[in-house]
Formats: sequence, C-alpha cells, structure tokens
Amino acid sequence: MTEIALQVVGLVRRVQGVISHTLVDGIDLAVPKGEFLAITGPSGSGKSSLLYLLGLLDAPTEGEIIICGQPTSKLSETERADVRLTKCGFVFQFHFLLPEFTALENVLLPMRAHGVMSAKDMNERAMSLLTSLGLGEQTGKRPNQLSGGQRQRVALARALANRPEIIVADEPTGNLDTASTEQVFGILRDIADRGQTVVVVTHDAALAARADRRIHIVDGKIHETTFRGDHKPEVAAAVGTAE
Amino acid sequence: MATNLLLSIAWTHVTTRVRQTLVGMFGVAMGVGFTIMMAGLMQGSQIDFLRQLVDTMPHVTVDDERRSIPSQPADQEYAAVAMSNVANVNQRPGIKYPDTIMTSLRSWLPGDVAPSVKTTAIIDHGGGRVGVTLTGIDPRLEAHVSKLASQMLEGQLTDLSRAANGIIIGEALAEKLAVKNGNTVLLGSGEETPISATVVGIFRSGLKRVDEGQIYSLIGLAQTIMGQSGIINQLRIRLDDPLIAQKVATRVEAQVGYKSVSWQEANSDLLSAFATRDFIVLTVMGAMLLSSSFATYNIISTITHEKRHDIAIMKSLGMREYSVRRIFILESMMMGSVGILFGWLLGYLLCYAWSLITIFNPLTGATVPLQIYYSPMHYIASGAVAILCCSVAAFFPARKATRVHPVEIIRGAS
Repeated sequence: MTEIALQVVGLVRRVQGVISHTLVDGIDLAVPKGEFLAITGPSGSGKSSLLYLLGLLDAPTEGEIIICGQPTSKLSETERADVRLTKCGFVFQFHFLLPEFTALENVLLPMRAHGVMSAKDMNERAMSLLTSLGLGEQTGKRPNQLSGGQRQRVALARALANRPEIIVADEPTGNLDTASTEQVFGILRDIADRGQTVVVVTHDAALAARADRRIHIVDGKIHETTFRGDHKPEVAAAVGTAE
Repeated sequence: MATNLLLSIAWTHVTTRVRQTLVGMFGVAMGVGFTIMMAGLMQGSQIDFLRQLVDTMPHVTVDDERRSIPSQPADQEYAAVAMSNVANVNQRPGIKYPDTIMTSLRSWLPGDVAPSVKTTAIIDHGGGRVGVTLTGIDPRLEAHVSKLASQMLEGQLTDLSRAANGIIIGEALAEKLAVKNGNTVLLGSGEETPISATVVGIFRSGLKRVDEGQIYSLIGLAQTIMGQSGIINQLRIRLDDPLIAQKVATRVEAQVGYKSVSWQEANSDLLSAFATRDFIVLTVMGAMLLSSSFATYNIISTITHEKRHDIAIMKSLGMREYSVRRIFILESMMMGSVGILFGWLLGYLLCYAWSLITIFNPLTGATVPLQIYYSPMHYIASGAVAILCCSVAAFFPARKATRVHPVEIIRGAS
C-alpha cells in the first residue's frame, strides 16, 4: 500500500479584516510519498495559501494537515517549526538565500539548525548536494555572485539538506529564464523520482503537465484534478482512497 | 538550536555592517567610559574626605554623659510615682575611675585608648579673640589614638611638657590670630582671668574646621581652664580598623555605661548626605548607560528591519522564534562587549586626565589634585549594566521583528 506523505482534510483558511475573505475553502487532498504534485490556478485563487498551509508556514482556520502520519493542528508554533525543519524543504520564487553567507553556508544552515550531524558530515553533504546540482565550483560564492538559476539551485540544495519527506516550492521558476527553468524543474522531477514528495505551485501549464498530478484551484477550491498519462498506478490508487 | 549557528549568523551581521556596529560600540564606550570617570571622581573625593575625617578624630569617643537620664529610685520602686525635671544632685562631671576603665578596655580593644579633657576656651592674641575647643592630652599616649604627631608642621607633641602652659594650635587659627610658634597668647574660659600660654607647635589636619577651632594642651592646663582639677571627661579610642567603630562603641557603652560615640555616629549627618549623593550619582550613571543603549536600540531596530526577509526565511526553514530573536540579542551583546572594552580604556584615560587637575578644596583650604578612586568594581559594574542595557535594548526590536509571520514577508517579496 502506498504511503501517504501529506494529507489534508476539510482545510479552510479565512482571513479576517474589514471584509472577511476565504483563501482556502474546504480542500481534501492526499499526496502519496514520491508524488510530484503541481498546483495551478489563476492569481488570487488560493494556490500559494494552500501551499503555505501544506508546509505549515501558515495555520488553517479549520481542518487538519497530516504530515507523514502526524496530525499538526494541535501542535504549538515551536513544534510546527520542528516539523518544518525536519520534514519540509522550502523553495520560493525569490531564492531567499542569506546574502552575507556563501552558497555552502546557506546549504549548511538547516543542518546546523537541526544539529544532529557532525560538522564533517554536514560539510560533506552540503558539498555533495551542491555538486549534484552543478554548483561544485560555486560553493564559496555569495548569492550576489551567482546567476538567478544558480541561486535557485542553491535554494533547492538548502531545501534538500535535512533530507525532508516533502519539498514545497512556490513558483520556483517564476524568475528564471527558459534554460534555468528547465534545469530546476528537471531537478524537482528527479527528486520526486527518487522517492521524495514534491508539491509545486506554478503558473506554467507546460511544466505542470510534467507533474504526476495537477490540481487546478479556483476560489480556494479544487476545480480540476489531472493525472499525467504515465502516472504511477499506485499513486492514483492511493489518491483515490484518500480523496 | 545550536548556539554556534546563532553566533555565526550574529557575527556575520555585525561584521558586514561596520558603520552601524561602530556607532553602537561608540555609544556603549562613551556611556561606560564616562560612568567610570564619574564613579572614580565622586568616590575618590568622598574617600579622601572620609580618610581625613577619620584620621583627624578619634574612632570612638567616650564622654562623661549618659545616653539617657537615669530614672529616679522612686520611679523604679513605685508605679504610681511620676517625676519630671529632677536635677540629679549626685551627678558630677568627669568619668569615674578612668584608669581602671582604660585598663579594662585595653584588654580587648583592637586598638588603644587615651584619656583627655575636653572643654571650650577663648584664645586671645593681639586683640583677636577666638572661641576654640581645647583638648587636654597626654603626649605619650596621644600618638596611639590620633595622627596629631604626624600632622605637626612645627614643634612636637612632647614640647607641651617643655614649656609652661604650652599649647598646639591649628595652622588656620595661627594665620587668623597672626600667631607664630613660640608666641604667647592669653587663654581663658571666659569666666576666670585668662592665663598666659605659649604656642609650642602648629598642626595641619586638612580639615578647616579642625585647623581653625581646635587646640591642644596638657591635661593639667585643660583642667585649669575648665576649673575642675583631677577630672578626665573624655576617653578617646583609636582602632586598627576604623570601620568597626560602631560595633566597638556599642560594646564600650554597654561595658562602661558612658555614652560612646563612633566617628560614624558623630558624622551621621555627613554620611547621610554622602548616601544621598551616592544615590544621585548612581541614578545619573544609570541614566548615562541607559542613554548609550538607545544607540544600540536604534541599530538593532534598523538591522531587524533590513533583515526581515532573513528572519522570514529562517523561521520558514524551521528555526524557532526565540532562536532567531537570540541572534539579534547576541549581535547587541557583541557590539556591547567590544564597546565595553573601549569604554574601560576611555574611563581609565579620563580618570587619569582628571587626576592631573588641581583644584582649591574649600573644606581643607588647600589646592590639591582631584582625588580619583580606581576600583575594579567600577569597571565590572559599568560593564555588567551596559551589557544588560544592550540585551534589553535589543530584545524589544528583536521580539517585534521575529513575531512577524513569515508568510507576510514572503508574500510581500513575491
């Protein structure tokens, strides 16, 4: 039976203000381990809000998010931070690398924060990640010395540093040229193929079509779900049982 | 969260923002430096004054008085009896059996005791008449209970015995009466006919009121001026440690029954004024350090504002809120620590510079260098308060910045 990496049940996110607004409106979703899920939708549809909820960056108004079998609605902010540190890796449209630190130091950051590996092991892993992403020569450079594509690959390496179960990416290719976009998406595809779960928000329909599954969000609700033609049968089966 | 990581991020922030770091350090250094200078200056002048005071007067004085009027036998015997304003006819001036008391005290006193006769007198010379306090002393014992011998500018204590009716007067009084060593003056109580006395020595204690209003003679002459032969009305005690005077005075009074006054009690109004001054000085120094921490507050506010994206990303990566907050507090403490080191150096140099300045002291009537008290406690206390101020100054902007929801920042950037 396929293991579910990420599951949400009755997820609602409302913002209170002069006018209340529902960003996410009762979404049920199950993402099996190793699936590459693309979330698409028009601007303001709630796809990024859903992503932030899935990555525990934001807390739902209603509903439950279960990450690797662990319900998270009752967790304190500190416990949610611990889950983010160990189980989620984030990639954003803007790389958000720490500007004073080198590529290597940025990749080391989550591992040092986790603090379970020796300094030698952390260095080896960071170097290995950067090399595997084609940045072996750039490890000592600061973000302002790297191209946009290189920065985003460093951000990807940082997201992978603690071997998270889930990679959450918000428009990771939004600011990249075609070649870099292709490169970054290829890396995300590889990550999913190696068994890690990838959830990506994108505007690019062509890229979304390369995901195992695409969900289209409109007004905070899942409007349409599309599976890739050659998607893994066990994924569809798992999703079918969960949704 | 690994402290090394937080330190490393904090260190990177402060070393890549050199101008802001220098401004923060400068603020702390100024606060610490001037605090040390003020503390050294204020405490120096105070200690110098107290030292002169303690050197000039006995540490404990036993007078021929009781602390309270003894009750009458009838009062003690009958509850219904109420007596008031009753003159004690048995009370005679002087301390009874002074030699016995002194022998008894010497058996345990950490110091020495000497008898004296204290009275008031009028000294008359060349038409000038000045009321003074005359203390009759034993020159052989006086060296054990006062620093008078070392304060002599002209003559010696033993010269009192060599001249008929010899007296030792203060330098200020000598100037006032235009008296020189060897001159003859008239000395009287104001009631009897004055007697002729010879100035055999001049001293300078450093305290103007003493140098102007205190003279010394042999016990016999003081008794004559007082009109009470054979009387000893004061025992003066000098201790190895002046700070235990209060404790010793209490014990002496309990033992001998006569009122025993420590130098602290005798100058309680002055010490109280010093305590008030200390409080004011401490408040001013605290305000100086607090003011210097505002520079730190501004800098940390600026850094946290500039670093809001970093804060958001660190929180999104899973760093806890208080860990991120600690980064900025550590930055403030780093700036503060280096600022404190410079402040210590600045404080020392300022103290040294002040010690080169001479001023006229109206209390002593002399022009003396400013007294500076160098104490490690000034450096430790100013450093500790400065680092505390820096931590508190950083805490509030750091808390505000790290409370921001990362999604708000990330959405804003997107």
